[in-house]
Amino acid sequence: MNLLEIKDLHVEIEGKKVLNGLNLTIKQGEVHVIMGPNGSGKSTLTMSILGYPGYNITNGSITFAGGATSAGIELNSMPIYERARLGISIAYQTPPEIRGVKLRDIIRIAGNHPLWHPENEPEETIATPLLKKVGLNPEQFRDRDVGVGFSGGERKRAEIAQIFAATPKLMILDEPDAGVDIDSLKTIAIDLGEYIQEHDCACLIITHYRHILPYLKPDIAHVMCGGKILKSGNPFEIFTKIEEKGYCEYLGLCPPGIRDEVERGMKI
Amino acid sequence: MSWKDELTKQAADVQNKPAKFGEDIDISRFRQEAADISQVASIDKLPDDIAENAKSVGINPGEDNRSGTFFQVDHSVILACQKKEMEGVEVLSTTQAVNQYDWLKDYYWKAAAVDTDKYTSMTELHQNAGYFIRARSGARITMPIQACLFIGTQGLVQSVHNIIIAEEGSELHVIAGCTTHPSVSSGMHIGVSEFYVKKGATITFTMIHGWAEDVDVRPRTGAIIEEGGTFISNYICFKPVRSIQTYPTASCVGKDARVRFHTLIYGSKNSLFDTGSRVFLQAEGSRAEMTARVIAADSSRIISRGHLVGEVAETKGHLECRGLLLGNKASIYAIPEIEGKAEGCDLSHEAAVGKIQQAQLCYLMSRGLNEDEATALIVRGFLDPEIPGLPEHLKYEIKRTIEMTSEKVM
Repeated sequence: MNLLEIKDLHVEIEGKKVLNGLNLTIKQGEVHVIMGPNGSGKSTLTMSILGYPGYNITNGSITFAGGATSAGIELNSMPIYERARLGISIAYQTPPEIRGVKLRDIIRIAGNHPLWHPENEPEETIATPLLKKVGLNPEQFRDRDVGVGFSGGERKRAEIAQIFAATPKLMILDEPDAGVDIDSLKTIAIDLGEYIQEHDCACLIITHYRHILPYLKPDIAHVMCGGKILKSGNPFEIFTKIEEKGYCEYLGLCPPGIRDEVERGMKI
Repeated sequence: MSWKDELTKQAADVQNKPAKFGEDIDISRFRQEAADISQVASIDKLPDDIAENAKSVGINPGEDNRSGTFFQVDHSVILACQKKEMEGVEVLSTTQAVNQYDWLKDYYWKAAAVDTDKYTSMTELHQNAGYFIRARSGARITMPIQACLFIGTQGLVQSVHNIIIAEEGSELHVIAGCTTHPSVSSGMHIGVSEFYVKKGATITFTMIHGWAEDVDVRPRTGAIIEEGGTFISNYICFKPVRSIQTYPTASCVGKDARVRFHTLIYGSKNSLFDTGSRVFLQAEGSRAEMTARVIAADSSRIISRGHLVGEVAETKGHLECRGLLLGNKASIYAIPEIEGKAEGCDLSHEAAVGKIQQAQLCYLMSRGLNEDEATALIVRGFLDPEIPGLPEHLKYEIKRTIEMTSEKVM
């Protein structure tokens, strides 16, 4: 079953073309990796799937089979929260800080539970086990303001707790390995890998690195450049080639002017 | 001339003196006379209509978790008592306290000046009670005293004089709620409050306002904090009002005296707020923290002031105002002032006014909240009363009160 189907997607931000005819199909339970130099349109792709305002679809379509039937629903003009309710959930690379909003409450919201209230629920029972599962001490983190004063690793774990709470059909991991030490990275990747297996959850991972791939067992990798996917194939083979040759040579194109940018984006 | 006559004369001289800030209110358009209201034997005997509104400003009609209660309707003190087991604390009407204690003349109008403006003048010349709360030397009154000032008559001006004293080494917590009867739409409230924090003592004072939409409010507050003393003042107003202008002032006169002002305002409809706080650091080691979180919605206007003065060396203070604008007709004007008068005073300020960040909204929406729900969550979070320095049970009480207040308004 095609869970997510993106056809000939063109997206503009403030009149500037960023995606130029992107095609991508993700089936239920499949794990896809997206890589590509900075500015290639990876973030725009995720924001367009999520439905962020300002990402204007000028052509093409995004459909998602989130409903009771396997028929895809067009997402193009659906608000963010409806897409979330259909089963699309993201772990952000750099989530915002929100003062006064507690981590336990955002986890509960992700799982469609009401905010915690001690009179209805003397001991918090929704966020607590999930925090434990992602390796954040519930006593310390339940009452923390979302993102405020979190380390890089804590931020990622908090994001993943929200994904687990949401039990999505499609999870998007936006650079889950950026700014995380190698030990934390391993535990996060093991948690995610298990979850994907158990729940037959589809996954779209944006990354520059291969460290987490063995745990997540990706089915396919795509290389983006210039707002479209230029190559797709076996993730490990592609990583090896890019590490060897760099994006420019691998993709067989290197227009003058973007070379520096391409190199900056390639700290593999 | 007696001390009282002297004050009367000073007050009479400034009967028409406008306040430095805020719209000049014509007091004569309010009625001054109100019928006497009979006393109640205990807080649970309050009439239902009064109890209901009092509850919304933090007054607990069951008196659980309270050490005592003061309740004034219009000009009548209908209840002033402390629980029997609370020997170290005293709750009286100020009128009675002045008659009873000759020494009170050393406190009366010493932390706030009688000749400040026409509102302090009005209070001295036509004072209608107010509360006197005192914690005796060494007494630790951990449960708060609750005090309610209630306007029950349409168009009335209520002017009260409150005096709160924490004697040496004592601890006192007060939750003060001010509100109106459901039948009252307009009126005026003038409240003079004087705080005396003696050596090593602590006062926390949480004032919750919930007025009718056409009420003008002019509190006048002064605090004097002696060596090692701590004064924590929280001001909370989430309901629309015609106008509130207040600028409480604290003076740290003793070594290592500490003061913290915390203001939470949700301005809505046509409300006009001119609020702030001022601290004079006059002794070595004294510290001040002043924070304001203000939200302006609808056509409300909020002026958020702050003035921090370091008069001697080895003092430290921080002043912070965060404002959130909801909608295009509201405005927030933050005026933080810091003034160093001695080498070695360490003063800073921070002010930020803006709208809700799109990134925060989208983040919450990508977790399944619609835009209104996401906005409400951010607004409530913004007004979260994380006030350091309060005991846990008191924090919980204040939180619960704010939750009740905000549920009805937002």
